[in-house]
Amino acid sequence: MSKIHVTTTVNGEPTEYLCEAQDSLLDVLRDTLKLTGSKEGCGSGDCGACSITLDGRLVCSCLVLGVEAEGKSIGTIEGVAKGDTLHPIQQKFLEHAALQCGFCTPGLIVAAKALLDSNPNPTETEARFWLAGNLCRCTGYDKIIRAVMDAAAEMRGAAA
Amino acid sequence: MPTVSISGTSLDAFTGGKSELEVEATTFRRLIHELEKRFPGIGMQVEETMAVAVDGVIFQDAYDLKLSPESEIFLIPKIGGG
Amino acid sequence: MNFVANKSDLKVVGTRPIRPDGMDKVTGKAQFGADLTMAGQLVGKILRSPHAHAKIIKIDTSKALAMAGVKAVITSADIPDIPSEEAFVGEGPTNFRDMSLNCMARGKVLYEGHALAAVAATSSAIADAALAAIDVTYEVLPHVIDVEAAMAPDAPVLHEGMITTGVDPKPTKASNIVKKVAFSLGDWQAGMKEADVIVEEKYDTAAVHQAYIEPHAVVASVNPDGQTVIFASSQGQFMIRQYTAKILGMDIANIRVTPAEIGGGFGGKTLVYLEPIATALSAKCGRPVKMVMTRDEVFRASGPTSGGTIEVKIGAKKDGTITGAYALVKLQAGAFPGSPVAPACMCAFAMYDLKNVTAEGYDVVSNRPKVAAYRAPGAPISTFAVESAMDELASKLGMDPIALREKNAAKAGTKAAYGPVFPDIGYEQVLAAAKAHPHWTAPLGKNQGRGIATGFWFNIGGESSASVFINEDGTVSVVSGSPDIGGSRASMAMMAAEVLGVPYEKVRAIVGDTAQIGITGMTGGSRVTFATGMATVQAAESVVEQLKKRAAMIWDISPDAVDWKDGEAVPAGANAGGFDPLPLAAIALKAAKTGGPIGAEISINAQGAGAGFGAHICDVEVDPDTGFVKILRYTAVQDVGRAIHPSYVEGQIQGGATQGIGWALNEEYVYDKNGRMDNAGFLDYRIPVASDLPMIDAVLVEVPNKRHPFGVRGVGEVPIVPPMAAIGNAVKSATGIRMHSLPMSPPKVRAALDSGKG
Repeated sequence: MSKIHVTTTVNGEPTEYLCEAQDSLLDVLRDTLKLTGSKEGCGSGDCGACSITLDGRLVCSCLVLGVEAEGKSIGTIEGVAKGDTLHPIQQKFLEHAALQCGFCTPGLIVAAKALLDSNPNPTETEARFWLAGNLCRCTGYDKIIRAVMDAAAEMRGAAA
Repeated sequence: MPTVSISGTSLDAFTGGKSELEVEATTFRRLIHELEKRFPGIGMQVEETMAVAVDGVIFQDAYDLKLSPESEIFLIPKIGGG
Repeated sequence: MNFVANKSDLKVVGTRPIRPDGMDKVTGKAQFGADLTMAGQLVGKILRSPHAHAKIIKIDTSKALAMAGVKAVITSADIPDIPSEEAFVGEGPTNFRDMSLNCMARGKVLYEGHALAAVAATSSAIADAALAAIDVTYEVLPHVIDVEAAMAPDAPVLHEGMITTGVDPKPTKASNIVKKVAFSLGDWQAGMKEADVIVEEKYDTAAVHQAYIEPHAVVASVNPDGQTVIFASSQGQFMIRQYTAKILGMDIANIRVTPAEIGGGFGGKTLVYLEPIATALSAKCGRPVKMVMTRDEVFRASGPTSGGTIEVKIGAKKDGTITGAYALVKLQAGAFPGSPVAPACMCAFAMYDLKNVTAEGYDVVSNRPKVAAYRAPGAPISTFAVESAMDELASKLGMDPIALREKNAAKAGTKAAYGPVFPDIGYEQVLAAAKAHPHWTAPLGKNQGRGIATGFWFNIGGESSASVFINEDGTVSVVSGSPDIGGSRASMAMMAAEVLGVPYEKVRAIVGDTAQIGITGMTGGSRVTFATGMATVQAAESVVEQLKKRAAMIWDISPDAVDWKDGEAVPAGANAGGFDPLPLAAIALKAAKTGGPIGAEISINAQGAGAGFGAHICDVEVDPDTGFVKILRYTAVQDVGRAIHPSYVEGQIQGGATQGIGWALNEEYVYDKNGRMDNAGFLDYRIPVASDLPMIDAVLVEVPNKRHPFGVRGVGEVPIVPPMAAIGNAVKSATGIRMHSLPMSPPKVRAALDSGKG
């Protein structure tokens, strides 16, 4: 079987790759593009460790085929910071100690950013339900939610 | 001479069920040695599977641990964790 | 260094700086086990048994070997047949032969998912095709899954030579009962006769998995001369090295293990599964081999913890004084011996001052994956039963649950239920803090209830190594041997900074591989901040002594005349001379001239760990239509000794409590009638998600452990011990029904509401 050529944009950069028809976008990101920030926790779309945005929409990249990225815009954890400036969500995660092992962290940050990009003023309940697709086994979610709510407040303050 | 108590039944096969023993030993290493003399085979079992609590503070793998007759000395199963 | 009694004397310890590995983790740069690629690496995969119990008659690997792209195929024939060898290595009793057989079956498969062959191929697709091309002839045997069925006289027997130890008379026939253990004080039956009130209960719990989000992952590369590098996600790089060497018959010096960042372990990564296999594959074909478990494999073939049954009897006088207590614990070990039945028995009543108590139990094998350690192994299971029974007792006595516990509380000088006297402990302080917390008296609404439960864990010390180096510019590098699963690098840097008297920002801590630092036991047992912290402190102290000597040389005075204060050498008194303080950086500049590089490496076997106690208060709301139990409010109080970095201590408490909540409400291994796991994925093995939980109030009580310079007690394991009973007690409070079986999932709660019995 010959590989398929895909032209896409990853974190704002024009990107091309070859992949098999059955390769997941997660595998392409990690193995072909060497963007290992997105993680595989389950391979079945249940844990959110592979969360990315596809044309701005939060998806599990393990459930997207590599070929589906054709002509679309992909956002991964590697694109969240701008150069050496952390996104407020990333900064708040550090300040609130919202990570212990850090494995779920990339997916959570991408998911939290997608939340705040669509709803800059979520309630705690809205944040918890939005992030229910991102499993964390270490933290019990407490400090994660605090970090997200604090980042939201800071971003609203900066925008005001 | 220190009295050595044993927590649990894991050494019963050697001691015949005795849970308190008088043992002439001032270090943990000597204790193992003396127990082995009295109950052949117990030495390895104690070394590999037991910790010793001296006045409640637990020591694991400590040959040169001092044992005094005034202290409570307890052999307890080694503790791991997860 | 002596114990620092006054917290206010501490400048860095107790603050909340940002962890040194944080930047890599929030930007996706951190390298976990599956993130490394070695040039020329192959994909390794494992063939696993579809049967719960079967003899392996024949394995034909010829078709697989002949496939293009397949570079190696191994079975147990390629793994040395090592003899049985018991050892207590780090996290618990181990038999190396069992561990080898668990990594690769020999002659018999003992659970669905048991590995029996492995391949290394140039791509994942080819590896899968190669596995499918391996022909295995099985003779399927009857299987047994649950603990009481496995103990029955007619149960299928897993190991022909297994004669139960710890029972008298010694059995003549093999069975699945590995051993019996028992811990007694006084005479519990006589104690029961003195009781005015008795509760008798039986509970059962299901096997639950540690469910770390990162599957096991390793890259191994063996050179023709036997020198091997392994990069793996693990709780112990020295453990991987030692176990791999043992299983494959290699010299330890030939193996270098680099610990990747680890995506959760909780005890489940304190042993090897893939590492010896990847190494054996690499040795066979001469190329690096990468192996990563799928989530399905993690569930089917890596150790959950035990499920089992627990019978509890507690007798008390009218005033609440417990006169007698008994527990019988039967735990599944999975396919090989080693359930945590001994610590389950030792911890069951550890919170209480009892004269007459017996806790006994059985370790039982059955056709399930071999259990692995899980956060305070055994204690959550027996404590669920005991703390639920205590709640029943309080109810029968008409006594407040905290008052009942206070009446019987263990304190310093109490003879522990497992034998020795307790030294300084914080159980009473924890109870007092729980009682004083506003949660305890907050109002409750309809269908809502409140429960409290307490728990205990020993915490351990053990072997740890750390080095502290002074760099040319006076900044400090700390290397320790403990994989960082929860922020411990920050704590190491903080402790070194405290001793040296320099700002935290000038100290960088990393985790060394097996060639870079001395032997260090696993990250587990709540030991790192205690034991590796102690090694770090001692290394920093040694460096301070060297710095004083160097200052003395620079000033040309006697070393006795130099003190160290706030990161500077100062003359020890007026007689020493009128020298201005000499900062660390200034001394570092002169290191070469004053004797050479300044640094120290310390290896210790840390003793004197301090035990921990916790008390959890939980409010639930039970939906009478669906049986759904919602956690409304959760407060976890714990004696932490002294919190080096309070945020990470709170994090351990919140995370452990959450695992306990999942254990209580949703998590369980479900088996079909063929002994195959039905729910081997995160959809149906349901761990808590963000929308299941409220904020978790972690209350830190500090009764310092004076045997550690900063008063540290281990904190990571205690918080998983109380939650299940706290929730069971809350459900009772909300519904009037005592749930006896975990998990308290909606169908079971609904059925209990219907029948009036749990």
